[in-house]
Amino acid sequence: MELITPEFGLIFWQVLVFGILFFLLAKFAWKPIIQSLHEREESIDQAIKLSEETKKEMAELKAGNEQLLVSARAERDALIKQAKESADAMIAQAKLDAQAAANQEIEKARTAFEQEKVAAVAAIRKEAASLSLDLAEKVLKSQLKDKAAQEKLVSEWIADVTLK
Amino acid sequence: MSGKSIFKKVYFSNIILGLFISLFSFSAWANEPAAAEATEHAPQQEEKFDAGKMILHHIADEHEWHFFTIGHFHATVPLPCIVYRESAGLQVFSSSNFKNEHHEEVSYQGLKLEHGKIHAENGEKVYDISITKNVASLLISAVLLLTIFIGIGKTYKENPHRAPKGIQSLFEPIIIFVRDEIAKNNIGEKHYRRFMPYLLTVFFFIWFNNMLGLIPGGANVTGNIAVTAILAIIAFFVTNLNGKATYWTHVFAMPGVPKWMLIIMTPVEIVGVFMKPFSLMVRLFANMTAGHIILLSLVSLIFIFENAALGIAVVPFSLFMNVIELIVAFIQAFIFTMLVSTYIGAAIEEHHH
Repeated sequence: MELITPEFGLIFWQVLVFGILFFLLAKFAWKPIIQSLHEREESIDQAIKLSEETKKEMAELKAGNEQLLVSARAERDALIKQAKESADAMIAQAKLDAQAAANQEIEKARTAFEQEKVAAVAAIRKEAASLSLDLAEKVLKSQLKDKAAQEKLVSEWIADVTLK
Repeated sequence: MSGKSIFKKVYFSNIILGLFISLFSFSAWANEPAAAEATEHAPQQEEKFDAGKMILHHIADEHEWHFFTIGHFHATVPLPCIVYRESAGLQVFSSSNFKNEHHEEVSYQGLKLEHGKIHAENGEKVYDISITKNVASLLISAVLLLTIFIGIGKTYKENPHRAPKGIQSLFEPIIIFVRDEIAKNNIGEKHYRRFMPYLLTVFFFIWFNNMLGLIPGGANVTGNIAVTAILAIIAFFVTNLNGKATYWTHVFAMPGVPKWMLIIMTPVEIVGVFMKPFSLMVRLFANMTAGHIILLSLVSLIFIFENAALGIAVVPFSLFMNVIELIVAFIQAFIFTMLVSTYIGAAIEEHHH
């Protein structure tokens, strides 16, 4: 019976000690502990979130970079292709121009040659005519020393003329 | 849900424990007539060992701190007696005044110490607020709690956002356990922070005092009805002063129950309101006292049978019981805190049907 009869003294001290204990611990121990545990957890949570976000951003950045690289490469390829095309075109044009110029030159040369030829032929012809005239003159001069021969020739010429 | 099953388990273990105690104490008492007989035949023996008396003496409070007695040497620490009487007013004196040099009980200034209680010889009412063994142990535990936890609190304040260090890392998991497994689970995210200081104080108070009680020569503070009664009364006020409308309607007019049933239900519920803290009081008191009784009974077996060879069986078993008691010390602190938080959780629960 003594065991289950609460003593006044112990009740008094228990109320006092527990009360003081609660007050002091709540103010100087539990409050900073709970607060700082909460803050630490939150800061860890935030750090994790931040790192995840950064990772995501990094991945996005990487993907962007890759895309940029791909587009740059494509642009470069296009540029090279364009340059090549224009170079080819230029070469072709140059070739064409050269051909045309050559042809023109050839034509010019040919025309000049033709003219030269014509002129040469004409000169030769003129020379031949004057030579033959001279020859003829000499021949005639020699042949027409006698009268009979002159007459005969004239008559021949006249015959010829009538024939025409 | 898991909390309920733990509760049940522990409840059953209590019953088993209870059976053990009754068994052992019975055997201890049963030996008494034989022991008394033995004394007659051996008058040279000074005093026959009385296990029941010894055990009750150990689990009860006393005005001096008695460690052991060898022959005529008594290893005791006298404690201050603080007594109030109308005629003499407040008196403070050492408890050693109640004993003379032959260790016999004497009266001091008209006061007599009988069966651990101070009486006035003239029958006057005496208010005794002495620093008894339990009070001294209570104060030691308070000093321990304050040094440890205010120290830890300072470390938290000085370097926040850091990993715990030293003694801080010993208690942090337990504090987090109380917060997450006890408070958050039973009270809920919304309100739990408000009750954290109370729950932590109760938890560590009970645990520390349980552990101190297990030290050989320690006091049985948490196994004292006055201590557990005050803890239960505080729990009662914390629960009921925070009771919301839903809680009180469940007590006085259980919804969804036929009106005529309320004639039975309401008194049951009202009794329940008082029964909950009452069960808290009895559970802690009985568990801790039972643990002490078992340990003391086991050791007493050696002296009852006056056979040192019995120690071969008793020592390992009492060692085993001691380890169990270490676990019980934690479990009882956990159970008490856990049940209080379920009561608070039920009291502050908002209406949701």
